[in-house]
Amino acid sequence: MKKKIVSVMLCAAMTAAVLAGCGSSDAAADASAATEETTDAADAEDTAEAEDTAEADASAETESADVTTVTEGVLTMGTNAAFPPYEYYEGSDIVGIDAEIAAAMAEKLGLTLEIVDMDFASIVTSVQSGKVDMGLAGMTVTEERKENVDFTDSYATGVQVIIVPEDSEIASVDDLDGKLIGVQEGTTGHTYCADDYGDDAVIAYTNGATAVQALLQGKVDCVVIDQQPAEEFVAANEGLKILDTEYVVEDYAAAVSKDNPGLRDALNNALAELKADGTIQSILDKYIKAE
Amino acid sequence: MNAFIEDLKLGLYQTFILEDNYQYFVRGVGVTLLVTVFALVLGLVLGVIVAIIRSAHDQQPEKKKGIILRILNGICKVYLTVIRGTPMMVQLLIMWFVVWASARASDGNMIRCAILSFGINSGAYIAEIVRSGIMSIDKGQMEAGRSLGMNYADTMRFVIIPQAFKNVLPALGNELITLVKETSIVTVIGLKDLTKGAMIIQSKTYQAFVPFFAIAAIYLVIVLFLSWLMGRLERRLRQSDLR
Repeated sequence: MKKKIVSVMLCAAMTAAVLAGCGSSDAAADASAATEETTDAADAEDTAEAEDTAEADASAETESADVTTVTEGVLTMGTNAAFPPYEYYEGSDIVGIDAEIAAAMAEKLGLTLEIVDMDFASIVTSVQSGKVDMGLAGMTVTEERKENVDFTDSYATGVQVIIVPEDSEIASVDDLDGKLIGVQEGTTGHTYCADDYGDDAVIAYTNGATAVQALLQGKVDCVVIDQQPAEEFVAANEGLKILDTEYVVEDYAAAVSKDNPGLRDALNNALAELKADGTIQSILDKYIKAE
Repeated sequence: MNAFIEDLKLGLYQTFILEDNYQYFVRGVGVTLLVTVFALVLGLVLGVIVAIIRSAHDQQPEKKKGIILRILNGICKVYLTVIRGTPMMVQLLIMWFVVWASARASDGNMIRCAILSFGINSGAYIAEIVRSGIMSIDKGQMEAGRSLGMNYADTMRFVIIPQAFKNVLPALGNELITLVKETSIVTVIGLKDLTKGAMIIQSKTYQAFVPFFAIAAIYLVIVLFLSWLMGRLERRLRQSDLR
């Protein structure tokens, strides 16, 4: 109950701060907020204010001194929370590999983590335009994306696979011609399929779960998506199976604005430390069951 | 300033020229217009039928209302309440993922589903618009028609509806414009309309400025054209007013 009142007051305070066009007060308000608040994409604009407030964050460690974030003291992460096991909703919280890695990195940097759920296709643009500090969404490092954002070092790998119904006539990649392929908009699977089979064959859904839903109803013949989410989807829905593709193994990394090399380096340092002490591996092991 | 122009050039190049991306806009406009036009036709048919039933019911004296009219009026009222009381996007999702769950995601099916959903939705609003028009015509017009020996349907068709139509034209124009813009939510079922085209380009090129401004401009041009068309129609129908 008390928490509720605090959060209501916090909302009011933030709205007031934004209305007044003054960001210095909400940084202080944020510091007292509960950690790992999740908000709608719309709320992200509220946080785009406090930039160069001089006051030092009391809880900040020395490492964060040279790191600037969209909201001071808060590491804002953009993701698409329909991509298990990397990010998905458990109750009202976003959990998963990316959420935990982000929390660990934020802790290293002495920042509070805030996760914003948005369409996958909007994440890179949101990072670019400074709506969020980083995009962490099982995102593959590609040349096109590199032209628009910087990537940290890779923390995991994935590969595109095909989900089909168990009784499907599709037995391998060669059978995809002339079939309707469901994909998640803006993913590498979307790009590959549009290049290989033409735009008309590809139906882009805003998230992977909707694509699988369409597959279950027979709206599309198959879904091309990253392997680990695919395994989660197949486990959660009866009558589906996975086929391998010949697409290359991809590196997942966090996307950071090109204007913020300080944050990228800090995140890389944090990642290196987390890799060294085995945190990353234990998070991966926790969510991805060994076969 | 120079940097901005360079960015803009790159944006224009990536949005329109790279990989023939302009095709997304061309085909998107086609889909948007197709959905709008057919939804409008369906909406008009539904709307006029519902409006006639509703106003016939409301204008009859209590004693003369037949049981059939009462039932039809009840059905129409439920239709209006449900359709106007729920968001368009929800109706579209229900139509695509529940009612017509078995449909394959071919362009044809998605367009049919969109036309049906938007037509049904638009029909509810048009019904109330047309009803307001019918109700605005003086009772004496109906009485005059009937006393000249015309039956109810003929009086409706030749006397009431033409006058009512002229009265509701501005409101219908409003509904048409709303419809054009509202079709942008078909993106949720994966239909590649104008908005989806821009979203796909954004996801491919990470350009936001040019594609979104481009479709904003295209929507604006479509709406301007439709407003101009409605204006002409209004002027044409007003000719007999000037004497």
